[in-house]
Amino acid sequence: MADSSWLTKFPQMDRTDLLAIRKSLDAAYREFSRSYGDLIESFFDPLLSFLIWFEKLLLQSPWWAVILAVTVLVYLASRSWKLSLSVVLAFLAIGYFGMWENTMRTMSIITVCTLLSIFLGIPIGIMMARSNRVQAIVTPILDIMQTMPAFVYLIPVVMLLGIGKIPGVIAVVIYAIPPVIRLTNLGIRLVDREVLEAATAYGASPMQRLFGVQLPLASPTIMAGINQTIMMALAMVVIASMIGVKGLGQPVLKSITNQYFTLGLFNGLAIVALAIIFDRVSQAYAKRAQKHMQGTKDA
Amino acid sequence: MPDTRIQEQTAHPQQQAIDKRKQAEQPDQQPFIQIEALYKVFGNTPSTVMPLVKEGKSKDDILAETGHTVGLKAINLNIQKGEIFVIMGLSGSGKSTLIRHFNRLIDPTEGRIIVEGTDVMQLSAKELEQFRRHKMSMVFQRFGLMPHRTVIENVSYGLAVQGVAKQTRLEKAQQWLETVGLSGYEEQFPSQLSGGQQQRVGLARALCTDAEILLMDEAFSALDPLIRSEMQDQLIELQEKLHKTIIFITHDLDEALRLGDRIAILKDGELIQQGAPVDILLKPADSYVEAFVRDVNRARALTVETVMKPALCRISAETIDEALIQMKKVPGNYGFYVNEEGYQGVISQRSLEAAALKDGGHRLDTEILEEIPSISPEALLESVIPETLDTDCPLPVVDENGGLQGELSRASLAEVLGDGTDHRAA
Repeated sequence: MADSSWLTKFPQMDRTDLLAIRKSLDAAYREFSRSYGDLIESFFDPLLSFLIWFEKLLLQSPWWAVILAVTVLVYLASRSWKLSLSVVLAFLAIGYFGMWENTMRTMSIITVCTLLSIFLGIPIGIMMARSNRVQAIVTPILDIMQTMPAFVYLIPVVMLLGIGKIPGVIAVVIYAIPPVIRLTNLGIRLVDREVLEAATAYGASPMQRLFGVQLPLASPTIMAGINQTIMMALAMVVIASMIGVKGLGQPVLKSITNQYFTLGLFNGLAIVALAIIFDRVSQAYAKRAQKHMQGTKDA
Repeated sequence: MPDTRIQEQTAHPQQQAIDKRKQAEQPDQQPFIQIEALYKVFGNTPSTVMPLVKEGKSKDDILAETGHTVGLKAINLNIQKGEIFVIMGLSGSGKSTLIRHFNRLIDPTEGRIIVEGTDVMQLSAKELEQFRRHKMSMVFQRFGLMPHRTVIENVSYGLAVQGVAKQTRLEKAQQWLETVGLSGYEEQFPSQLSGGQQQRVGLARALCTDAEILLMDEAFSALDPLIRSEMQDQLIELQEKLHKTIIFITHDLDEALRLGDRIAILKDGELIQQGAPVDILLKPADSYVEAFVRDVNRARALTVETVMKPALCRISAETIDEALIQMKKVPGNYGFYVNEEGYQGVISQRSLEAAALKDGGHRLDTEILEEIPSISPEALLESVIPETLDTDCPLPVVDENGGLQGELSRASLAEVLGDGTDHRAA
């Protein structure tokens, strides 16, 4: 190795060594998934049965009952007739163009993924807000989750759990959970120091501070995070369909491989309609819940 | 060294006399709140910097050498039950840091905080919560109200934290809202109220827990001057009824003089002077305090008591001739007539001489007295300026029981209200 070729060519690792690393890592992971795959799968069983139950509920209820239920929820959250009427029209159009079942499947998985993201994300966000050390550890992990191509983390998930709903949910949650974590952390850290001090000075316990002051005051920011999470979950629908998640993603995938432009467009529009409904409803709810908190910036 | 400065100050004979009087007023020798050798250093490893601080290195040197900021240095305070103790200093002097030590919103690097015999530093987290719930409440500069709760929920917050039933706490909150003059605003949100109203909510919230100690961190500083003086009046009025122990932080000397029973002055985290408002005003410990004191409106800050002179001519004679003899012993052509029942009035030499010509052996009676207003020792100088200027002779200072306390002449008024620096010698 006395020549100076390293100046022009990057001094690369030996190919056989690289191959050995890949082989041993792959083998180790395969070994791990073989021995623990069933165990981990059974851990997710309750989630799976909930997913199936919820999808069945949406699919087997009569279409008008579902529209009615959704519209009532939308009205309760937003108190807006306009929005509720738009929701009814959007669903009627979706059903008329033959996308009802897929839309219900997508809605069920998005709802479950969003709830899961909220239940996992908010506590993680709270822990980040409490400790700078936790924040320093979690932030780069979130960065990786958001930038790592989804296909890359689909591989180990599929190796471990096969294809189906659960891997789909995991993939969607990994992609969609960062905003709710980040914004919960940010919202709590932005709570007015003096208000928090006041709570402490009156002897509030850490729990009383969290639920009485920090979370309510952080709620506008947290709601923005939840909104982002919903949007990102919807964006993952097509990728999730590659590992067997049924719903609006599958026809889109089919139309990519077969160049069915219209089929893709219709299903794409249905996803957009769902996204707009989720977005407007969650924003209207957030705005209504925080009406009195506007204009508190004055000294 | 702050300690030696304070000792020098207390060594002053007049100061000692005042201290004795203070102690006589406070039969309870054990102070209610005691702060001993309190140090606070901000930074990554404060304990390593403590030796430097104790060596007496300056704040700037320590910051340059170690990157640590000295917040408070060798603070010793004794606060008596029922007094308004004002801690005053400019921004950056550590006063807000200091007040946060009383309820341990900030933990000291070193030192002891003793409240009614309990060492607050020894309390566990749970005990500290209980202590904060029942012993102390706090009013904040920018109010610290919860924007998502209504006014009445804010006022009852302390009780809610304690776990008091909703009905009870709302009733109590209602009473305090009425006391501060905000009934009718119960269901409003803080953002719908003006600054003054918001701080009244803050005050009601602090009073609602019935805590004995009230910490007020620049409570009125964010309010405009008119509202501020209104709030000061309200606080004084409430204090007359409630007799809380109030620790009040301010950067405004006028406010400190108006509210404080005693005042402590902080500069760069060190205590420079402690004492009654008069001592601060008339005997500033160093040039820093002096600069502070220079712009104060003395007429509004000082009472008659603090500038009056002993009455030179007390006439206690039975007859006019004897009275004339008493009057001639002292300079001046007037005298204050005092009998067993106390102060009666002013007699001028001229009218006394005129009466003596008629009948020198006649009993001294009230007909001969001049019509001159007497003033109370507690009155502010401001309020007695017109009378003092209108009258040729010094005004008698008479207490509630009719006893003659002293006299206030134009000359002594002019001396105090004139350039303050001359007065230090007096």
